[in-house]
Amino acid sequence: MTLSRLPEPDRGVLARSTAIVEDLEQLIGSEAVIADEDGRRVFEADALTAYRRMPLAVVLPRSTEDVAKVLKYCHQNRLKVVPRGAGTSLSGGALPAEDAIVIGISRMNRILNVDFENRTIRVETGITNLAITEAVAAEGFFYAPDPSSQLACTLGGNLAMNSGGAHCLKYGVTTNNVLGVRMVLIDGEIVDIGGPYLDAEGYDFLALIVGSEGQFGIITEATVRILPKSESARPILLGFGSSAAASSCVAAIIASGIIPVAIEFMDKPAIAVAEAYAKAGYPLDVEALLIVEVEGSPEEVNRLLADIVEISKGFQPKVIEASTSPEHSARIWKGRKAAFGAIGRISDYYCMDGTIPLSKMPEVLAKISQICAGHGLKVANVFHAGDGNLHPLILYNANNEDEARRAELAGAEILKLCVSVGGCLTGEHGVGIEKRDLMGVQFTPADLAVQMRIKSVFDPQWLLNAGKVFPLEAVEMKEAPPESTHRAA
Amino acid sequence: MVAGCAEKGIPIEIVGSGSKRAVGRPIGNAMTITTASLRGVTLYEPSELVMSARAGTPLTAIEAELAARGQMLAFEPIDIGPATGAAHGTQTIGAVFATNLSGARRIHSGAARDHLLGVKGVNGRAELFQSGGRVMKNVTGYDVARGLSGSWGTLAVLTEVTFKVVPWPETAATVVYLNLPDNLAVELLCAAMAQPVEVSGAVHLQAPLAARLSHPGLKTMGKSVTALRLENFSGAVTARKQKLKEALRVYGKALELDHRETLEFWSELRRLSVLPHRQTLLWRISTKPTMAAKLVQAIKRYMPAEAFYDWAGGLVWLEVPATADAGTAEIRRAAAIHGGHATLIRAERSVRASVEVFQPLSPAIERLTRGLKAAFDPAGILNPGRMYANL
Repeated sequence: MTLSRLPEPDRGVLARSTAIVEDLEQLIGSEAVIADEDGRRVFEADALTAYRRMPLAVVLPRSTEDVAKVLKYCHQNRLKVVPRGAGTSLSGGALPAEDAIVIGISRMNRILNVDFENRTIRVETGITNLAITEAVAAEGFFYAPDPSSQLACTLGGNLAMNSGGAHCLKYGVTTNNVLGVRMVLIDGEIVDIGGPYLDAEGYDFLALIVGSEGQFGIITEATVRILPKSESARPILLGFGSSAAASSCVAAIIASGIIPVAIEFMDKPAIAVAEAYAKAGYPLDVEALLIVEVEGSPEEVNRLLADIVEISKGFQPKVIEASTSPEHSARIWKGRKAAFGAIGRISDYYCMDGTIPLSKMPEVLAKISQICAGHGLKVANVFHAGDGNLHPLILYNANNEDEARRAELAGAEILKLCVSVGGCLTGEHGVGIEKRDLMGVQFTPADLAVQMRIKSVFDPQWLLNAGKVFPLEAVEMKEAPPESTHRAA
Repeated sequence: MVAGCAEKGIPIEIVGSGSKRAVGRPIGNAMTITTASLRGVTLYEPSELVMSARAGTPLTAIEAELAARGQMLAFEPIDIGPATGAAHGTQTIGAVFATNLSGARRIHSGAARDHLLGVKGVNGRAELFQSGGRVMKNVTGYDVARGLSGSWGTLAVLTEVTFKVVPWPETAATVVYLNLPDNLAVELLCAAMAQPVEVSGAVHLQAPLAARLSHPGLKTMGKSVTALRLENFSGAVTARKQKLKEALRVYGKALELDHRETLEFWSELRRLSVLPHRQTLLWRISTKPTMAAKLVQAIKRYMPAEAFYDWAGGLVWLEVPATADAGTAEIRRAAAIHGGHATLIRAERSVRASVEVFQPLSPAIERLTRGLKAAFDPAGILNPGRMYANL
């Protein structure tokens, strides 16, 4: 692929690498520092594997204080820092650089306090997303954001990227579920923002920090909301003769006043691959499939599913199959959950993440097919329809350089299309390295300047996760941060 | 206009309808910019649950347009106008997001800031900018839109806001318990929130405040009122009501408000009509629900106080007698001991000019706050001093 340009490593820093590693070992102990080549290789990429860079060193601290020591050292020595959770970013958010220190939080994974009465949990941010729910499930609670990587991804990564998931239509994304954080600033200062209460005092720094892609500091602890789990939940499978009918049905369900917990969409190519792999019993003669899940007491679920069936009849469904048992529910979900993996078995794919207004869905899906066909490529669509968050999977052969280049061109055209209809470049994966150079499509120079000045407030020297989110040219041209943002000695 | 003021360093007071002008620290000798002429809904897609409106659009106009399509703002924005001497129902949609003041449903559906999808605005450098957009899921760049919520016009003048809306529930009911002391009432509210019945309002009114309700049954009892709201289709509300009453049986016999009474009861709370404008002071304290009753008890050692607990106890509206220092030291000390923060909502102008109206910040947060202010408004002309002195 013609990859995004990465910043040139600082040769002065590379020349000092042995001394830097020694210093880090002195600071937090040699067992927390990885400097050998095989050890660093593990951290050279995240889930956007097209990009690989060996970091100078990796540190895996066990405490907030150790994170503070390392950041203070990096700040004093003007070393770049790349924060890392589990490395599941699909946008290159955890991609290292040759002259950067990776700070991985995965060893900081303790549960610090569970407070069922106030419905909060305090954890270290290296804990996995799923482990939070597991810690409270026995008491009937859960942590709502559920990205599909939830088995592996860390809360720290979720906070950095403001992760969503299948259930955010009803429960919101990460930013809507976090109450407080402990964060280490680039100069090593430890700050507490918010707490175990709603609506933190002063400016809404939590809003700015969540989704800042690791560029403002390293969050080591967080207090998040936990919610009582609904009594039951059941999906219904709806098959349609066209993508347009399926997307109109989604709009009609939402307009009726029903807010399902999830509405997932698959098109014909995705259905065929998922069914061949998972044997979920999906119909193969439909153009689009919806999985709509509702929750509540068994009686409430019955009533909601009946309402949805009634609404769907306005769009000539070819298949209506409501789950009748937990096993049936699991089977309906099996194909959807396996879809990405199943497609990955037959082809390399490039997963896009634009969001569009629901009303534009038929038009956009048709144009996505045209764009990919124009580049001689196939596309499969599997996505969260309720919130308009598309995931077109552009199929290509990674060993064919020309095909890979065409896949990337098609991807960029699709994202521009999303912006042009009133949507955005990324709904839940983040900008990272991948979409950095498309930011100018969505934002004016003034919009970007407003964002970059906030970055300078937290990190005046731009050491944290450098080279991500903003086009390099924009960063190079940015004005010097105002004096007042520098810290008084 | 902002450019001219920035050049000459002339302070600007930003006003929507002016309904919250008596809240915060007073701003002296300022030019006034009003967004009141920036009116009108610019986008409304009921099937996408999204609306955009110019910042000066009255909230009443927004809510009327939504209601015509069976929709509403989920966070039930609270109207502090009447409690602070302004008329009720005059606030603008821009001010709702600029102050992030949410009502009872916040505990179930999130705050104003959770529903904000995008903004257009002008910063203190006179730059027009936008952030966010009109789609539900968007992580493109930093979340500047949400970051501006609750900044009280000190970072930017909002000119247009885009936000999520939700359908009105088919029906609503309220379950009421009488005569519980604060600690048991908050315990009940927390227990209710842990039930899988989606309680969308959880409040406790001490007896003197309950006496100011208009519901004839509740106002004349001379007893405290603890109330829980359920909203859904009617079959679900009936079943959930039973479940909830069963789970809370130990707290005594429950009364019920029907759909019409429920609308009336919660809309009174939304207008803070139990805390009418008078000479007393009004504080707004955010804390952990289980600490709320203890916090109020601690304050009562130093001054008489009457409390309206919202958000299952997580938000306390506290009415205390007027004093020159507004009881600031005692109230903030109690908040510090029990965890939380306190904002002085109603006091004489001279009091608001001399005490810290908003919760004082830790040194690290204050430094970030100054940095953020300088990033948006380096000349310090937008609502100077409204939140913090010298800022």
